[in-house]
Order: sequence, then structure tokens, then C-alpha cells
Amino acid sequence: MDVLSFVIVGHVDHGKSTLIGRLLYETDSVPPDKIEEMKAASTELGQKTEFAYLLDHLEEERKQGITIDTTQVFFNTDKRRYVIIDAPGHVEFVKNMITGASQAEAAILIVDADQGVREQTQRHSYMLSLLGVKQVIAVINKMDLVEYSEQKYIEVKDHLRTFLSSVNIEPALYIPISAIKGDNISKSSEHMGWYDGPCFLGSLDSLRKKPSAEQKSLVFPIQDVYKVGDKRINAGRVEAGTIKNGMDIKILPSGEKTQVKTIEKFLSSPEVAAASESIGMTTADPVFLDRGNIVCTTTDEPVLTDKVQANIFWMSKHPFNAGMKLTFRCATQETGCKIENIIRRINSSNLETIDGDNNIIENLEVARIEIRTKKPVAIKDFNDVQELGRFVLVNDGNICAGGIITLLET
Amino acid sequence: MSNNLSHLDALENNSIFIIREAYSQFRNVAILWSIGKDSTTLLWLVRKAFFGQIPFPVLHIDTTYKFPEIYDFREKYAKEWGLNLLVTKNEEALAAGMGPDKSKFQCCNDLKTVALKQAIAKYKFNALYLGIRRDEHGIRAKERVFSPRDEDFEWDYKNQPPELWDQYKTKATEEEHLRVHPLLGWREIDIWEYTKRENIPVNDLYYAKDGKRYRSIGCHTCCGPIDSNAGTVDEIITELANTDISERSGRAQDKEDDYMMQKLRSLGYM
Repeated sequence: MDVLSFVIVGHVDHGKSTLIGRLLYETDSVPPDKIEEMKAASTELGQKTEFAYLLDHLEEERKQGITIDTTQVFFNTDKRRYVIIDAPGHVEFVKNMITGASQAEAAILIVDADQGVREQTQRHSYMLSLLGVKQVIAVINKMDLVEYSEQKYIEVKDHLRTFLSSVNIEPALYIPISAIKGDNISKSSEHMGWYDGPCFLGSLDSLRKKPSAEQKSLVFPIQDVYKVGDKRINAGRVEAGTIKNGMDIKILPSGEKTQVKTIEKFLSSPEVAAASESIGMTTADPVFLDRGNIVCTTTDEPVLTDKVQANIFWMSKHPFNAGMKLTFRCATQETGCKIENIIRRINSSNLETIDGDNNIIENLEVARIEIRTKKPVAIKDFNDVQELGRFVLVNDGNICAGGIITLLET
Repeated sequence: MSNNLSHLDALENNSIFIIREAYSQFRNVAILWSIGKDSTTLLWLVRKAFFGQIPFPVLHIDTTYKFPEIYDFREKYAKEWGLNLLVTKNEEALAAGMGPDKSKFQCCNDLKTVALKQAIAKYKFNALYLGIRRDEHGIRAKERVFSPRDEDFEWDYKNQPPELWDQYKTKATEEEHLRVHPLLGWREIDIWEYTKRENIPVNDLYYAKDGKRYRSIGCHTCCGPIDSNAGTVDEIITELANTDISERSGRAQDKEDDYMMQKLRSLGYM
């Protein structure tokens, strides 16, 4: 049975945690003692049964009725196993939403039928697009509040569709639901005869797995080097392609060439290893690899450069300024870097260009920038090998931005 | 079955990646071994990640209230696997008579959290591996893979660092240490299926005796057994696939007060 992870995003209070809670409840995915706990906690806080409490476990979350941090729960259908990532919708916690969304293969975007598209609906959609999560199902929630009106549904859907197309997202489906009443969650609603598509639960099995990177050219970033007995084992995870005994390889950035001598696992030495496997490798020649080296084939290698153009999203309360010391991390590569040029600053909730000071980047902004790295880095197109086409910027041990490389300069 | 295997492979590969990533960042680390099924699985993965030679100590926080079977298991496998085992106790609190009869909250905090603080102060670890999983408890579901604790050991759950694309927070100046959680994405049943596949040794407490077995183990004073006839790993897997009782239903610290787990964890509990 394969496993698919999806994130649920949208504006605060549009019903993300309630939808997931309801889904878990209707499919008997929660042990009875947890249901009891949910009911007891709801009563204690003077509320009706609050399905969101199956996700929102922090005292502050329950008392304020909002999700603060992203959480992950497991859920099964007959076809598949799911990891559901619930993300907070409040503007204060966008970095937690990004943390959740960055781990997802697909997204559920939820919009309140009564309130329509709001600030975080737009910002979250834009973030999904930047993160490369393009597989989206849109659900229009709280249909009970608009008397299950088809007209209202079409209105909200059209508005949403227009915005999503501006960030290059085309949802596979739009579904009208009421999470709190249970309409179109695990079975078709009697209140919306005008809708003939699948219910929310039924739509999930149509989501596709991210294709394996096995067919691509080898990318093997070195994590660490261990001395085991008289062997020097280069440890890491194969990010793309396959690696085989005897294969010709090139090591970046040095450009040295050698062959794979052995592939090492604990108590075994497989002939071959493929993308997503954590392995060890020894080389035929005594070349000295180090953390951050990228092992590739001799025929299709990443670009080695010290200058990249990228879209970054800033997620730190400390704005970027020219004096800030930044580290660039891409896969296991790590080097100092400098933002040399801020080409454009973008308001991530409405996509408008921010006029004025192009020397700073504030929290929640997206910026198109040029970066100069201290040491050359090995990069690939984001659409080819994501692991070498995206990076984070780190200040004093804290991740303050994520970025997608848009243009390579050699 | 082959799909199932590849699912366990994915979990294993990902955990090994995290284990190696943390060691490359911190070096002066230790693994916390409670000798239950999860931390024993973690220990197994750590042995794999380093090709059988774990380059750091294995730390057991001993409350002295553990089941005798736990001590036997510890001694046996510490020897067999050549572990650098460190056992630590909060001697002061024990001498003063701390026990679960005083207050469960105080006992957990003093004999586990404070004992861990003492060990960190003594050995100056800057990161610790822990075998917690998201599906154990709603509070643990909120955890990061690399989770910072400040000098007072507090978990700032309202302001956790972003974590994306397998890039984690590294140590900043004001923090005391980081908790590293390689098993967050594993479910209870995954642990057992992997235990079966790898033939990882299992403490006898998990097997049913006279119609009862322990599903989660810790101190004998605060763990209750469940009704069960599962006497083998296969039977445990079948039981879990059909149960509707949650895993930690026998654990006192999850129950005493709605937010006891949150309070304990914010003070540095595991």
C-alpha cells in the first residue's frame, strides 16, 4: 500500500482542522477514548463537539479556537495510506504552514463559502505554487451557512479560480462541503443535489504520487564520511538516479573522477542503490570526499556556479538587511552567501510589487533576488531535481528563508 | 507484501538520513534509550546508520522504578551490541524519597526531566536522539524533527523553527540543546512490522502472560497492561490492526490532567 502526504491550507477559521477531524471521525479512524477526550474537552470549554480538537492539542489552541502549529496524522482508505498535514491559517504562523506544506505531495485548499477568498487563501496558494505543490483539490466549506446555494458556490469558485490561475495552480476538483454538518465528507450530501462530483473522501484516491526520481541522472550528496575498520565510507542519500558498483563518477566541486568501488549498508554490500536510499559508498581511487560534495555521473552533471537568481520567501521576524550574515544550504552543500541584488519585492497575499526600499526584505514577503555564494555550488533545474534547485538561507542557526532557483548563471 | 516492505524501507532510509544529519551537525550527541520498543528500534537504526559502530553514548535515565525485565534487557544488549552505556539517576531526589506516591507530575519531572538535565550538564551533550512518534500523542504530533530546548530546557511550542526540504535548525547561541526525532513519521504498527522484518529483540513485557500484556512500557508503578493474548510479534501486529484502543491508554502521565503531557513536555519531558 503506498503512502501519500497532503497538506490542508487556507485562511484562518475556514475550517481546516474541523474538516480533518470530521473525516477522521466519520471513517472511524480515531480510537473511542480519543473521541471521548474530544467531547469532554469541548464540554469543558463550553462548546459543541469540536472536531478540530482531534488535531488541536495545545491548551492555547483549544482556548483560542485556532491552530498554532502544523500537525500530522495518519489515515487509511482501502486503497492507500495517507499522512494528513494540518497547517495553521493565521497570518502569525505562516512559517508553520510552510513547514507543513513543504512536506506534502498534494494540497487541499479550503475556502469559507460565506467569507469567500481571503488574505491567507491567496498567500497560501502562492506559497504552494512556489513550493512546487501544484496538485490541489479546492473545497468550498460551510455551505450550510449559505443555505447550500449553488449560485453562492459558483461565485466563490469563480473568484478562487481566477486567483489560482494567476499563480499557475489549476485544481483537479472543486467540492462544496460542510465539515461541521458532515456534507460531502465521506458520503454525498442530500442538501446539494446540484453537485454530482465525488465527496471529499472519494476525491483523495484520485491524487497522484510524486514520480520517483530513479530514472534521472545520479545525484548523490555526501552527508558525512565515516572510518569503519580500514574503509573510508562516504555516507549520504541518493537524491536522483541510481548508483552501481564500478560506475564512473565525478565529484563536485573538485571535478575529480573515479569509480564506485562498493556500496555499503550495515552487514551488506548491494550492487546497486536507487533514489531515496541512504547508503555508504567507497571509491576505487583514494579521493577524499567531504560533506557537501555532490557525486554525479561523468556525462550529465549539475551546473557549478557561484551566482544564482531565485525567488525567496522570507519567514523571519527579523527583516533581511545588507548587514545580515547569511548561509546558503542546498542539499548538504553549505556556504556563506550574499544577496547582491533585490530585483523585486512582492506582497505574498496579493502578488503586488512593493515599491520603495530595495535593500530590505520583510517577513512574509517574496523577493526575486540574485545571490553570490562564497564557494561554488552544484545546482540543477528545480523541475529536474528539486533537491538541487531549492535552498534555504540560514542566519545564526535559524532558517529565515526558502528559495527556488529560477535562473542559473555559469 | 512487497509494497509493505518498500514502505518500511522508505521509513528506514529517511530515519537513517536524519540520524546522520544530526551527527554531522552536532558530534557531541547521545541517544536516549528507555529500552522500550521505540527507542530500541531507534537504536537499531543508529547501528545501521554507523555500520555497527555507534560513535556516541547510549543514555538510560533510570528512575529506579522500571520493571526488572527492563534492566535485564538493558544489560544483555548493551553487552551484545558493544554499547557505550551511560546510566543516570537523580540521586538527590531519590534520596529524598521521590516516588509516584508523592505526585505523578512531580515524579516524572524530577526522576526523568531533571535527571536528564543533570546528565546533559555533566556530559555537555548538544543534541539528543529520542524515539518519539507523532501518532503516540497529539502533543508529540506537533513536534519538529530537530527541536530546540532553551537553557531552562523549555520547549517553545508556540514558536517552533521552520523546517523544510530536510533542512533543519542548527544550534544557535542561546539554546541548550536540540532534540532529534528520527521516528516521528513511524506509526506503532510500523515499529512492530519493522521489528518483525529485522528480527529486533523484544522485551518479554510486550508479550501476553495470563491474558495481559504491556503495550507501552516505562515505570512499573505507572504502567497498566492491556487485555491481550498476543504472545508473538505476528500476533501483536494482528491485534494492532484490529484494535480501537489508543496506545498510551495505560500510561498515567497522559491522563491525570488534560494538559499534563503538554505541561511536562514544555518543561523538557521526553
